[in-house]
Amino acid sequence: MPDEVMGSVLVVGGGIAGMQSALDLADSGYYVYLLEKGPSIGGSMAKLDKTFPTNDCAM
Amino acid sequence: MDKCIACGLCAEKCPKKVDDLYNENLIKRKAAYVEYAQAVPLKYAIDKDNCIYFKKGKCRACEKFCPTDAINLEEKEEELSIHAGAIILAPGFTAFDPSEYLTYKYAKHPNVVTSFEFERILSATGPFQGHLVRPSDHKEPKKIAWLQCIGSRDINQCDTGYCSSVCCMYAIKEAVVAKEHAGSDLDCAIFFMDMRTHGKDFDRYYDDAKEKNGVRFIRSRVPTIESVEGSDELIIPYVNENGDISEESFDMVVLSVGLKTSPELIALAEKLGIDLTEGKLCQTASFHPVSTSKEGIYVCGAFAGPKDIPQSVIEASSAAAKAGACLSVSRNTMTREKKVPEEKNVTGDRPRIGVFVCQCGINIGGVVDVPGVRDYAESLPFVEYVTDNLFSCSTDTQDIMAQVIKENNLNRIVVAACTPKTHEPLFQETLISVGLNKYLFEMTNIRNQDSWVHKDEPDMATQKAKDLVRMAVAKVALVEPLVEPELDVDERALVIGGGISGMASAKSLSDQGYNVDIVERSAQLGGMALNLFRTWKGEDIQKNLSELIESIETDSNIKIHLDTELSSVEGFVGNFKTTLNSNGKQEVVEHGIAVIATGANESRPDEYLYGEDSRVVTHLELDQMFMNNDPSLKDIKTAVFIQCVGSREPDRPYCSKVCCTHSIESALYLKELNPNMNIYVLYRDIRTYGEREYIYRKARLAGIMFIRFSVDEKPKVSKDNDVLKIELWDPILEETVVIKADLLALASAIVSYKDEKLAQFFKVPLNEDGFFVEKHAKLGPSEFATDGVFLCGMAHYPKPIDESIAQALAASSRAVTLLAKKTIHVGGTVAEVNPLFCSSCGVCVSICPYSAPSFIEEGPFTGRAEVNPVLCKGCGLCVASCRSGALNLKGFGEGQLMAMINQI
Repeated sequence: MPDEVMGSVLVVGGGIAGMQSALDLADSGYYVYLLEKGPSIGGSMAKLDKTFPTNDCAM
Repeated sequence: MDKCIACGLCAEKCPKKVDDLYNENLIKRKAAYVEYAQAVPLKYAIDKDNCIYFKKGKCRACEKFCPTDAINLEEKEEELSIHAGAIILAPGFTAFDPSEYLTYKYAKHPNVVTSFEFERILSATGPFQGHLVRPSDHKEPKKIAWLQCIGSRDINQCDTGYCSSVCCMYAIKEAVVAKEHAGSDLDCAIFFMDMRTHGKDFDRYYDDAKEKNGVRFIRSRVPTIESVEGSDELIIPYVNENGDISEESFDMVVLSVGLKTSPELIALAEKLGIDLTEGKLCQTASFHPVSTSKEGIYVCGAFAGPKDIPQSVIEASSAAAKAGACLSVSRNTMTREKKVPEEKNVTGDRPRIGVFVCQCGINIGGVVDVPGVRDYAESLPFVEYVTDNLFSCSTDTQDIMAQVIKENNLNRIVVAACTPKTHEPLFQETLISVGLNKYLFEMTNIRNQDSWVHKDEPDMATQKAKDLVRMAVAKVALVEPLVEPELDVDERALVIGGGISGMASAKSLSDQGYNVDIVERSAQLGGMALNLFRTWKGEDIQKNLSELIESIETDSNIKIHLDTELSSVEGFVGNFKTTLNSNGKQEVVEHGIAVIATGANESRPDEYLYGEDSRVVTHLELDQMFMNNDPSLKDIKTAVFIQCVGSREPDRPYCSKVCCTHSIESALYLKELNPNMNIYVLYRDIRTYGEREYIYRKARLAGIMFIRFSVDEKPKVSKDNDVLKIELWDPILEETVVIKADLLALASAIVSYKDEKLAQFFKVPLNEDGFFVEKHAKLGPSEFATDGVFLCGMAHYPKPIDESIAQALAASSRAVTLLAKKTIHVGGTVAEVNPLFCSSCGVCVSICPYSAPSFIEEGPFTGRAEVNPVLCKGCGLCVASCRSGALNLKGFGEGQLMAMINQI
């Protein structure tokens, strides 16, 4: 183990959960590596039409 | 990738068509593609598995036509090594593939679709542009059926024993939205086993779907779908609730497929050395809901158990809080502060306006004569510079724009392009980067509001673009630089509530390096969990709880206030001043943020002889008997549990979420104490969501009897010569059953404290059930619309321990994003009062949703209104409602708006 604690986090997955984790960490002063296997972030939620209960567009 | 301007030429020229995975393979896309129009980053990619060049070594059409040389077909795969302090796994799920279910004909019949395909069919960006048609012949369906639990709660065919948690709710949503698309004549029927609408406001949506939208709900597990020869119709045979066999035909069938972990993910978990559950989901503990079995690796989202969007968002923030806690000594060591040049003072300078007109690829340029608009703009007053761009938003264009502003000494900028909602901040960043105040900017939307809606009338669209640009120029000439007041953030936190949620939140804040005051109204920490025996995973709650309490008591960052309530709250985000009252003793604490974690309570039933017969107890009372090792428990011959006591009834139309699992857990414990005990659970729908389903199965295997009743025919409890009798109609036996019980446990509802005082203190809303209302049901579940105030635990909605702790951590994570900034800027677009015109009518004070206006209390303008710019969100409600013309919204002044109107 290196003595120094790294101020960075690896987030695996760029869906709604990964994006939220990454945002929280970046806004709290940590460097974030956001890893996504596809060509764009958004995950499953980006495929949904509308969301309950407001029928907001999921996009 | 930096060179790609997303013009789409590569996809246009690509000769290879492949299945579009984004649209669930319902249509084709090219091998050079962007996943969807709003993709981030908006960069085209080459699908290597399908590209002709990669398959056969020639083609390269995309490379040839790309105007910016963005395509590099020689690019090799690279292995990168990343050094990180912690890992968060958020890999999501894969939908169950029903092709193997031969009886459902998914692979064979085009009109049998999965729920994910149906989402795409409904979507405006989907294969049919949101027009609801069935795939076989593109005709509008008249009847659609949904089959629930496809690939969930099924160990016979697919080996997935757990409940996927989200399918009941999404099926209802799809049915309701389908009826919206196709009109109320569309017949929608959902075939289900138990309706699991256990989330906040879910049962209301279910009731509305049934009663207002006319969605039919049929309780039946459908064994097979039959196709009809020579027709596109499908027949569903099923056994109805009376045991009769019937059948119905439909135009389309939607399979509500479950959520699974992909084989690649299982392999990754193995590589990382983290434990998985029986259902191949990430193993976590109730008191550590986002920690994997490996230190420093955290998990969130569907990999930690199937879940919906809000719960995923909650866990995502919790995982961030845990990662933040282990790295807090290195906070800000790897991030860089953005350098901002000093702002130029342009006050009093003659306006020098730059106008940038965007083609947006062919989005605008294909309809509007962009060069014409550009040349027109040059003729407008004060305009010193004009240009047009293919994509104004691309990084290189931003660099050029910065250069142009400097070279031409511009002091006002107009961008005529797409929507300011998404792109205004980007252009404002460019202004800031050259020392211009970001409010010296005006954006006008010649895409969404012009080229898109008038695409068949290019001349008129061009004229409209000119009008819009003229209006924007007229306004921008009059705008003034606005200041965004900077506020220091008090780095201390106040947590209200000393239960599991409050403690977990306080501990997490302390672990991330902040001082916390935790307030508890009773004489001890622990809250409702002090009355609980064990979790559904079999964990000892009292042991875990006392560890948590001890960690709070020994934490030097945390100050505990017992027997204490709030008596007043002043201030706003970053600077709250709260007065605490402990038995008459007042103390003032100053804090930057507050977490509301005041919990909820078990209701006292007023039915089923509760309070009249000592054998009738509530869940918490039964847990107390378990914890006391009550010797009478072993002698019980027959125990009965009644579910939904006070929940899901007209007066309280919500599900208390935890009771089904709690009853089953208690029933199993009774079986442990005395395997010969007869146990009955009388229920309406069993809602053991996620892997809780396993204990439901275990209970059935252990011989615990489950009998369903409906809300119209509830069980009758009576006492006959000291014999406790429970009578109810058994729909399967089709007769009235009488059970003589020695113990009757009631799953009584969880009720809110309806804490209106606290809601008033922090200006946060309560819903009609008395639970606090979060900022956004999906994306802001652990915070309030009021800045600096956060929410967790049962004060939000009834929930089990793991979800309470997850939300507590999430609230702390969201709070730290504020605390870590040390200073915050509030918006410059705020309302201001001219006290000379104010008539003291008070309309602005009462109408403001953020309590920003108030009456001045001293000085020459006493009694007139003033607006606190820190609380103001710039919505303009007060300005519109002021009858004296005393209010002005900065950046949207009357003179500025009239100048625009005068240009029409």
